[in-house]
Amino acid sequence: MSGYTPHTEGDIAAMLAAIGASSIDDLFAQVPAGLRPRATIDLPPGLTEPELRARFEALAARNAGGTGPAVFLGAGAYPHWVPTAVDQVLLRSEFLTAYTPYQPEVSQGTLQATFEFQTFAALLLGLEVANASMYDGASAAAEAVLMARRMLPDRHTVWLSRALHPHYRAVIRTYVRGLGDVVVREVPFAADGRTDLGALEGDLGPDALAVVLGQPNVFGVLEDVAAVAARTGAAGALIITATAEPLALAMVRPPGACGADIAVAEGQSFGLPVSYGGPGVGLFAARERDVRSMPGRIVGETVDAHGRRGFVLTLATREQHIRRERATSNICTNQGLCALAVTAYLSLLGRQGLRALATTNYRAAHAVATRLEAAGVARRFDGPFFNEFVVQAPIARWEALVRDGVVAGFPLARWYPELDDALVVCVTEMHGAADIDRLVRGLAAPAARAASG
Amino acid sequence: MLLDEPLIFERGATGRIGWAVAEPPGGGQDGPALPPDLRRDDDLAGLPEVSELEVVRHFVRLSQWNYSAATTLYPLGSCTMKYNPVVNEALARLPGFATLHPLVPDRLAQGALELIAGLEAALAALSGLDAVCLQPAAGAQGELLGMLLVRAHHVARGDPRRRVLIPSSAHGTNPASAALCGYQVAEVAVDARGLLPAAAVAAAMDESVAALMVTNPNTLGLFEEEIEAAAAAVHARGGLVYMDGANFNALMGVARPGDMGVDVMQFNLHKTFSTPHGGGGPGAGPVAVRAPLAPYLPVPRLVRSDAGLAWSDDAPQSVGRMRSFYGNFGVLVRAFAYIARLGAVGLADVTRLAVLNANYVRARLQGAYHLPYDTPSLHECVFSDRHLQDSGVSTLDVAKRLLDYGFYAPTIYFPLVVKGALMIEPTETETKETLDAFVNALLAIADEARTDPALLRNAPHRARLARLDETRAARRPILRWQPR
Ligand SMILES: Cc1ncc(COP(=O)(O)O)c(C=O)c1O
Repeated sequence: MSGYTPHTEGDIAAMLAAIGASSIDDLFAQVPAGLRPRATIDLPPGLTEPELRARFEALAARNAGGTGPAVFLGAGAYPHWVPTAVDQVLLRSEFLTAYTPYQPEVSQGTLQATFEFQTFAALLLGLEVANASMYDGASAAAEAVLMARRMLPDRHTVWLSRALHPHYRAVIRTYVRGLGDVVVREVPFAADGRTDLGALEGDLGPDALAVVLGQPNVFGVLEDVAAVAARTGAAGALIITATAEPLALAMVRPPGACGADIAVAEGQSFGLPVSYGGPGVGLFAARERDVRSMPGRIVGETVDAHGRRGFVLTLATREQHIRRERATSNICTNQGLCALAVTAYLSLLGRQGLRALATTNYRAAHAVATRLEAAGVARRFDGPFFNEFVVQAPIARWEALVRDGVVAGFPLARWYPELDDALVVCVTEMHGAADIDRLVRGLAAPAARAASG
Repeated sequence: MLLDEPLIFERGATGRIGWAVAEPPGGGQDGPALPPDLRRDDDLAGLPEVSELEVVRHFVRLSQWNYSAATTLYPLGSCTMKYNPVVNEALARLPGFATLHPLVPDRLAQGALELIAGLEAALAALSGLDAVCLQPAAGAQGELLGMLLVRAHHVARGDPRRRVLIPSSAHGTNPASAALCGYQVAEVAVDARGLLPAAAVAAAMDESVAALMVTNPNTLGLFEEEIEAAAAAVHARGGLVYMDGANFNALMGVARPGDMGVDVMQFNLHKTFSTPHGGGGPGAGPVAVRAPLAPYLPVPRLVRSDAGLAWSDDAPQSVGRMRSFYGNFGVLVRAFAYIARLGAVGLADVTRLAVLNANYVRARLQGAYHLPYDTPSLHECVFSDRHLQDSGVSTLDVAKRLLDYGFYAPTIYFPLVVKGALMIEPTETETKETLDAFVNALLAIADEARTDPALLRNAPHRARLARLDETRAARRPILRWQPR
């Protein structure tokens, strides 16, 4: 018995009597009799709590998390320290076990925190308004394309930078699959790892709906969003940016300030563990005049019957529960608690902490890149970067390092067949000096390795 | 007493540091500076400057303004607000799960992959279907995936088809998801019993219909008695049957969708499988399918070989990806823990007792509140405000007054087939005493509606705020704090 269900035999008897049924089975009389015998559950018996813990600890021990190998992976999920206070906030049952704040009078905690989240998202992305969250950065990018389609219904071609994270590109393709009226094309990247502006300019015709690019992109390279925005805008199309590592935006000019019409981001870096890729949270920001085309829940400020400030879900006539098949999106449950993590994290780090952390990441990554270069491991792209960069190193060295307990980045050939022997390496405040030494030594060209002893 | 609390942006003082950041290892020589045109130049103006205590106090105070399933009965129909076992929080936080990077080589993630495989298998067993994908982040994303699979199936046969049949009782995400797949929605009315008549499905069915999207039990809490016949009618014309599995809490050990003729469905792990709702997510919406639809499932797929479990992108017919990586893994850990803890017998008990609780509430409230459909209920029951209308009070007033009695409100004004609906889902984890207190509150409110309707119309009286002006919020939207 789990203790999760509280019924005594006496309770059950009294309740059945009140219902006027002679057994619980009777309550299922509507279910066709043929279905019931086949539904006997074919699963093992339940576990006690100690057994459950032991089983899950054994599973967890078979993973490279915790004190396992040194992992220099980013590429869409970024290891950062999660302050204890942030997780403590998430464990407050009043946040954890509430749901979508349909009754605002007794949900002001969730509502005010979400209003704060929207403010943080808008400030960081440099746009006027933001929603209450999307599932993740990739699906937020797809929703941005759908929003662009609502804003420019006569245009149909979406241009995706090939340097946009391949998961983001794949999700966009999936989301427009069924609509049949969106054509997806890709813009190549140039030798510096940035989206190839020249190629883009030639291609943007009158049917161009939007250009989507990463900032930073999947190579860690910072795009010249303003230049892309200028060309895109001249063609009458929208520019959408997707940021997988939003810590970069603490020092990099935000997409909105560069002319982006819609900016989305994955918020996992801000207070959430990588957790094998989820849950994270999608940030979604746009211009105020376009808010009625936005997907997802939005919290707004208002007053109560006595004139006191309070918050409610608002602009709901965009949403599925009212608009049904004409809604701006099908999203209902979003990533509320993850948005709360982002809010608590950004509150705690604040203006100074966030800037300092970004600087630390920037310097740490650049220091590693410089050392690798000195060890004969060149960068593949020379565009500016934040805390992630691509190096050229034989895959055999990467494999040998994995055996030695260092995951020296992600081999890009899996996503870009033309990028043989290229690793995208991420360095954050989480990487210690000893692990960095092992990374540099392990990736170094044999000659350089011999020289460095 | 509930304390006031400003926005976090209104707290703090310039120069205050809440979080000290370590210098980078090795002194961290400056790299080449960012080119000036790339540099952020607003100095992050507007971000708070507050201490750690201020942050903790801020969020603790805000939390106290919420009702939650841990503080009180949260009988939100269709949402299955059951107890969220606290041990699952600890398990999801094990460093081997929480700090596992999604791109480590598969051989360094075998524990996570075993867990995913185990959860896929458990959901397949419970549904009676053949293959499961855990990628969707919530129920609605599962619906979208499910309908994309339907579409892929028809496209492979040369015609995507145009329409999807959806009962009038369906949740709003159903038509929204179907529309996102390019389908027109054809609504099928429920009958006087609140059920979907197989004859109506057969009559609406032709070769332009891609699928029937049906919720079972439906949003009135009623088992769709004619689902097998309806499914047969759909299959006879080459259509598929999608089942919205949001109400699966009523089916465990009772009926498997695969046996009812369902081809594809989604689960809501944040409902049936106890993962916390988090004030609106994160959830998870796994999709289960019959074998012929499996080739279209998203990539990557989990495959087992002698070397262990591994992700494979080798699925040329796949619809692609729904999101980055593999799903809301932390949510999957909690759901699998719940299944492992309860086991076969425990899960069957969940359904039996959820249905017992809902029927008990229904029996006790019947009479005082109007029951628009008297078909026997499963896990939830739907009343309306018809009996109260003479007093000039509405469902909204009843809901607000319930807050004064210390209960969260039921789902209101949904499903749309009931005017002034009050949709109550107590779940299996509530005691008889709690249900009695809740029912007594609703009975008292029905009396108050007659004796003192203004009491209801001005409710809530005991919450931190009185009724909020939603019209004003929508008319003059203020959607964020503005730096002064
Ligand atoms: C019947 C029904 N279907 C679908 C959904 C959508 O699920 P989600 O909110 O997880 O996207 C819900 C819940 O919100 C529901 O109650």
